[in-house]
Amino acid sequence: MGIRDSFGWALGAAAAGAIAVASPALAEDSVTFASWGGSLQEAQRKALMNPAEEALGITIREDTTNGIADVRAQVLANAVKWDITEQGSNTCVILKSEGRIEPLDYSVIDTTGVNPAVVDSHWIGVLYYSTVIGWNTDKFGDDGPQTWADFWDVEKFPGARAMYAKPYYNLEAALMADGVPMDQVYDVLSTDEGLDRAFAKLEEIKPHVAVWWRSGAQSAQLIKDGEVDMISIWNGRISSAIDDGASAALTFNQGVMDFDCLVVPKGAPNKQLAMKVINEFLKADNQANLPQYITYGPTNEAAFDTGKISPEVADAVNSSPQNAKNQLVLKSDFYIGKIDELQERFDEMIQE
Amino acid sequence: MTAIPRETPVPVSAGTNADGLAEDARRERWQMFGLCSPALLLVGLVVFIPVGWLFWLSFFDAQGALTFENYERMWGSRSYIRTFQTTFEISFIVTGACVLMGYPLAYMLSQLPQRAAGICMIFVILPFWTSLLVRTYAWLVLLQRQGLINTWMIDLGIIDEPLRLVHNFTGTVIGMVHILLPFLVLPLFAAMKSIDRDYLKAASNLGASPTRAFWQVFFPLSLPGLFAGVVLVFVLCLGFYVTPALLGGGKTIMWAMRIETSVNLYANWGAASALGVVLLIVTLGLLYVLNKAFRLDKIMAGPR
Repeated sequence: MGIRDSFGWALGAAAAGAIAVASPALAEDSVTFASWGGSLQEAQRKALMNPAEEALGITIREDTTNGIADVRAQVLANAVKWDITEQGSNTCVILKSEGRIEPLDYSVIDTTGVNPAVVDSHWIGVLYYSTVIGWNTDKFGDDGPQTWADFWDVEKFPGARAMYAKPYYNLEAALMADGVPMDQVYDVLSTDEGLDRAFAKLEEIKPHVAVWWRSGAQSAQLIKDGEVDMISIWNGRISSAIDDGASAALTFNQGVMDFDCLVVPKGAPNKQLAMKVINEFLKADNQANLPQYITYGPTNEAAFDTGKISPEVADAVNSSPQNAKNQLVLKSDFYIGKIDELQERFDEMIQE
Repeated sequence: MTAIPRETPVPVSAGTNADGLAEDARRERWQMFGLCSPALLLVGLVVFIPVGWLFWLSFFDAQGALTFENYERMWGSRSYIRTFQTTFEISFIVTGACVLMGYPLAYMLSQLPQRAAGICMIFVILPFWTSLLVRTYAWLVLLQRQGLINTWMIDLGIIDEPLRLVHNFTGTVIGMVHILLPFLVLPLFAAMKSIDRDYLKAASNLGASPTRAFWQVFFPLSLPGLFAGVVLVFVLCLGFYVTPALLGGGKTIMWAMRIETSVNLYANWGAASALGVVLLIVTLGLLYVLNKAFRLDKIMAGPR
């Protein structure tokens, strides 16, 4: 017994020693950042991570996230491996209300130029993305559907459609298709009648929706393979598909703009350094790099003043003034507290 | 030649002998149990404890208070009931299709000469060595609107409009049958291989036609393997995730996909674990009923 105990103790001590030796090096020199993978993360590697690594003399290790459940699982299990993760705007609000993310340190993070609408005590917007109408140019040429009413018009634009398998963007699109002006969408949607109206309109297009897509990569594949003729899709994904040679085009008209934000999960191993990295990610100069690689817009609007974003690039970026003015800004507040109910109603509708 | 038949009565020592035998049997049972214990312990650790914990979690809400809301949510919603129906509908259809395709295949394999059977068997097992995701995507390439099957059929003039083969119920079933077929064929083939050909010869000797010999002798003897395969395929079907998620077009929602949605939607594991518990209980219940109805225990025990 004595032997076993001392053996166990020795093992423990050895392990503790190893950790003690290893951890300061790790803690000082690297952070782990989890984004959404694919073309987005490749763009962020070049635009944000490389400059941040250089500026701080550290290593940024990458991982990918599938959303809110990952963060919850890590925090609940007390096994947080990410220092920073990028999540959708709704998710950030929910994670904050559940107490699963650290407050951000604004003595380190400089918000100069960042749109105040995307700055919160616990999260900060890092990029804008839009859900837009995209179409197959082999089928419709350049004259694809320009509005949600066109998207719903199966006489004028016959063909298979694909939409996101969640209520976000779809409820808004349905109301716009039903003739609700863009600036009144959320006023109508907030009423019970308005919500019923949106669902009824979705019911109308449902027989023509061949696929309700579940991931960004899947949506890009659908348009690349010509599986559908028309799609509601994230603008960066379809732009990347077009760059890869897909016969497709998009319009920002009546797009629904939303943003992704950066959060630090509660109990992140390298909190201090994470704040410095977030600061680097939000600098106008680094933010201006992003549109060179993917058409998502910088939340630091000073990025447009750096001279790095050429007029051609700005034309393709969703949040540039000329594109933003034709879009609806997603209102997270509408979804908070009723996502579960909306999702279940939505699932019931799309099920065969 | 000088062996004494066991039944020979030896009145004096009968009791002592019986006691001794019983003692031996008991000891052997314990030894066997001792040999099983590492496996039993492992099963206990990795199956019963997590499942029990899952069960436990399903009775708590996000704040950690005792609740039935995770279960109540299911009864109220048509969407859950529809998902449940879809899951079982797909499982029955896929299992049925696997039986219809797998039985003749396994029969053919079992009748082939050793070498040929071995080669054919490689084709059955080959998919096992390929990732499930790759196989599922391969079906997407074949079945989609501008996929190989539709393009060929249009080029050959068989159809004018592409058929909707994927992103729906049909696509899900096709993909799942392909992935699950080996799970039916392998146990069935093993059972068929162990059937003594002499039984069939004896049947023909007694005047049975080949068809009758098959149905009266071969088929009943192959049933244990068939049921083992059916149960395996059916239970695997119930928990399928990747294939319906990729080939179902979002319209075909199975139970495992619903569990994923719950994990994302609700802040507590209880919501998702309640779904797991319901599926587990319904599956066990169904197996129990099938067992009673078809006397699976008798069939599975095999010929004695």
